[in-house]
Amino acid sequence: MAETLTLDIVTPHGHIFTEEVDEVLAPGSEGEFGVLPDHSPFLTTLKIGILSYKKGSETGYFFINWGYAEVGPDKVTILADSAEKSDEIDPERAKEALKRAEERLKQATNVDEARATSAVARATARIGLVDTHVPR
Amino acid sequence: MATLRDIQNRIKAVQSTQKITKAMKMVSASKLRKVQTRMLDLRPYANKMNDVLQSLANGADRESHPLLALRSRKTVEVVVFTSDRGLCGAFNTNILKAAQKCIDDYKNDGFEVKISSIGKKSADYFKRRHVELLNKWTGMSGNITFTNAGEIADKIKENYTNEEADEVVVVYNAFKSMAAQTITVSKLLPLAAIEDEQETASAEGPADFIYEPSMDAIFERLLPRNVDVQIYRALLESSAAEEAARMSAMENATKSCSDMVSSLTLQFNKARQASITGELMDIVGGVEALKG
Repeated sequence: MAETLTLDIVTPHGHIFTEEVDEVLAPGSEGEFGVLPDHSPFLTTLKIGILSYKKGSETGYFFINWGYAEVGPDKVTILADSAEKSDEIDPERAKEALKRAEERLKQATNVDEARATSAVARATARIGLVDTHVPR
Repeated sequence: MATLRDIQNRIKAVQSTQKITKAMKMVSASKLRKVQTRMLDLRPYANKMNDVLQSLANGADRESHPLLALRSRKTVEVVVFTSDRGLCGAFNTNILKAAQKCIDDYKNDGFEVKISSIGKKSADYFKRRHVELLNKWTGMSGNITFTNAGEIADKIKENYTNEEADEVVVVYNAFKSMAAQTITVSKLLPLAAIEDEQETASAEGPADFIYEPSMDAIFERLLPRNVDVQIYRALLESSAAEEAARMSAMENATKSCSDMVSSLTLQFNKARQASITGELMDIVGGVEALKG
């Protein structure tokens, strides 16, 4: 019986996180899902959003940009296009990106619309993460 | 015998060549460092992706996705990765030799072979042999990005789904260490080959996965993505191997230059000594003549 989970976050730009944790909450494409140890095998796509984990009294947050999650009884493996730890996010940059993307969305032809929409989603998720979870 | 001036000129020429090879070595070293970190960063992702596909593929329905479908194999597409620039030792020769062998093997087995080339050197090679290329990409080596890799991968996927090719094989130099590259020939599509290998590697039973939203939807995203990642990886590996090969080639050239300079210096000193001896003899001879 597994008592902890190994959370692995891997992106094309490197293996950014691996640690034993107690609980993981991830943004599945069909809705948020939580994972505790001894979860049954589960594979899902992820959408843009916030992943959090709990380890004892400590909580950590990541911004996740698309990807997959593979869940086993004692491990959660996240394959994301990109991921950032909450304290690595630059809120100013995210706000600017949001402004740019919203402008593009207003005058967008349908070709750029998907890109602009996901840019808005990314920026919103980043800002949301910084606003709610980063102590200042 | 060469005159003193001739030898001096040669020494100068060799020394300036040495300066160039030394500079090229240092340029390669810094390029290698850059591409190497990116490659090492990507490796765990590519491996994990393979793992996920492995656990997926066990229960997969072959017909559920065009990139999974097994067809009777008639045409094989061989994708050859070379560099754009030369002066990197036997790097391109080795890879082209391996590619040619792979092509010949397939032809002997009765397959129709189509060739795609990446890098100027392979494009030139096949052009000289009047082989028509299915696709070719050049000018990649300096700026490998995921988008670039995606473009190549898209073309490959398109050819596969259009039944232009029933099997896709990639031939590239994998970076092993500074001194060694291994030529890698691996099957990219269909996925079957990878699974078979892995099934024997890990004899675990198929895990009963819950899929969300559905297995098809996951394959829809994961499979094309895997091709992108594998191509990106091959590009990075090949480029790292190229810079490493160039580095050691330039290192050798620099060393040969040093050897040449020292042997020429020896020759120069000998010639100088000979001319001094000759002059002395003349003077002594003259003095003797005056005495007499």
